[in-house]
Amino acid sequence: MKELRDKRVIRGLLFEIEKRTRELPSSPRIMEVCGTHTMTIHRYGLKNMLEKAGVEMVSGPGCPVCITPNEIHEAAIELVTENENFILTTFGDMTRVPTKKSSLQKAVPAAGSMVKIVYSPRESLEIARSNPEKQVVFFGVGFETTIPAIALTLREAIEKNLANFSILSALWIIPPPLRAIVEAKEIAIDGFLYPGHVSAIIGEKPYQFIAEEFGIPGTITGFEPSDILLGVSSILDQIKEGKATVSNEYSRVVRASGNPKALAVMGEMLETKDAYWRGLGLIPQSGLKIKKEYSAFDAENRFNLSIKGGSGDLPGCRCGEVLQGLISPPQCPLFVEKCNPDFPCGPCMVSFEGACFVYYKYNPTIKNEL
Amino acid sequence: MCLGIPAKVVKIDESDLGKVDYLGTRIMTNFALLDNLKVGDWVIVHAGFAISKLNEEEARETFSLLREVAEKEELANHDKEEKKQSKR
Ligand code: SF4
Repeated sequence: MKELRDKRVIRGLLFEIEKRTRELPSSPRIMEVCGTHTMTIHRYGLKNMLEKAGVEMVSGPGCPVCITPNEIHEAAIELVTENENFILTTFGDMTRVPTKKSSLQKAVPAAGSMVKIVYSPRESLEIARSNPEKQVVFFGVGFETTIPAIALTLREAIEKNLANFSILSALWIIPPPLRAIVEAKEIAIDGFLYPGHVSAIIGEKPYQFIAEEFGIPGTITGFEPSDILLGVSSILDQIKEGKATVSNEYSRVVRASGNPKALAVMGEMLETKDAYWRGLGLIPQSGLKIKKEYSAFDAENRFNLSIKGGSGDLPGCRCGEVLQGLISPPQCPLFVEKCNPDFPCGPCMVSFEGACFVYYKYNPTIKNEL
Repeated sequence: MCLGIPAKVVKIDESDLGKVDYLGTRIMTNFALLDNLKVGDWVIVHAGFAISKLNEEEARETFSLLREVAEKEELANHDKEEKKQSKR
């Protein structure tokens, strides 16, 4: 596996990439859809290296914590501050997202209530079992990578008849926002790096429309530096040959048809809905909700939540534009001085895969220049 | 969030639960999303669930391609070194 980070490999691949971009009339702009890709690209300095080799990388909407609109975060905060004997479980990043109604980490829970961070959704089931007198809600956020785990957890809760357990879901599917970004035409994208682990679940087909309808090349890639560069090369090859396909440079993990068992459990427990994404707005069929027959385990239904409107983003935060690739984090006036990981003004500075956090963490020169 | 780690399966029981080894640490993992797994297989683990089995043949192919890139790069560098030396 050491090949994946070998300096000689990185140099060699960059050399090939530069050779190819020199033959193109202009620098191609490639969107890395996934926040974990953004992390690799900055952590290993690939952003600058690729720029020198003639490729512009822009970050996309691939951070589920970031694109979850504030009204859902606020609904979670209200659940645990307004209900007694209530345990809200969720992934760590979710607890630090700032809203006008505070954050899960800072809000003061009602008597007997608390927020608990879990690594796996299944831990919530154990918490529900050992606290029968309390309501336990798993605030589940994720893309297709995480959704099968949440769907299986839901199925297990139903099978075991865990009556004090439910799920507040913020589940998003990746292909629809890509269509929204391409159709909005606010930013011209010459190629997409598709997220490797989302693709391990959904396979290659769901991206086909981007190649076929819009003629934009794309490739599925893994998360090591060499994976990213192989992906970029594959896109450049497609551009050079004047064709657009969905290629797969992560075949060691991703099968063409994805993971059939994961897709089956998603289809069994969940159904699509139109959903609001931060920055991108309402996108048809871009979210998943718990099927009606299981609505007893849907926190929205159990606690009569009306998740609409919310109080909006914090003033000045431009996460929405960052998520669409319209601006890069340093273009936000709050970046670094007013907004940083200690005092985040938006989710893009909170999540380890949020573009603002990644820019802050891996580009010390930016901090010094300001 | 979509971070997945490659880890080796070390234990599986009938109810699809078990453990993987990740850099020497054993992590509780649910294997219900995969079929025909056995101890010794490599998987990608995300949020406590194994979401994909590593295809070792494909992995070998990628790695050997990358090794070729490395060797070529080394030679290219050697060329530069030689040129430098011959100039002196
Ligand atoms: S730097 Fe902070 S305020 Fe600006 S867009 Fe990013 S998260 Fe929002």
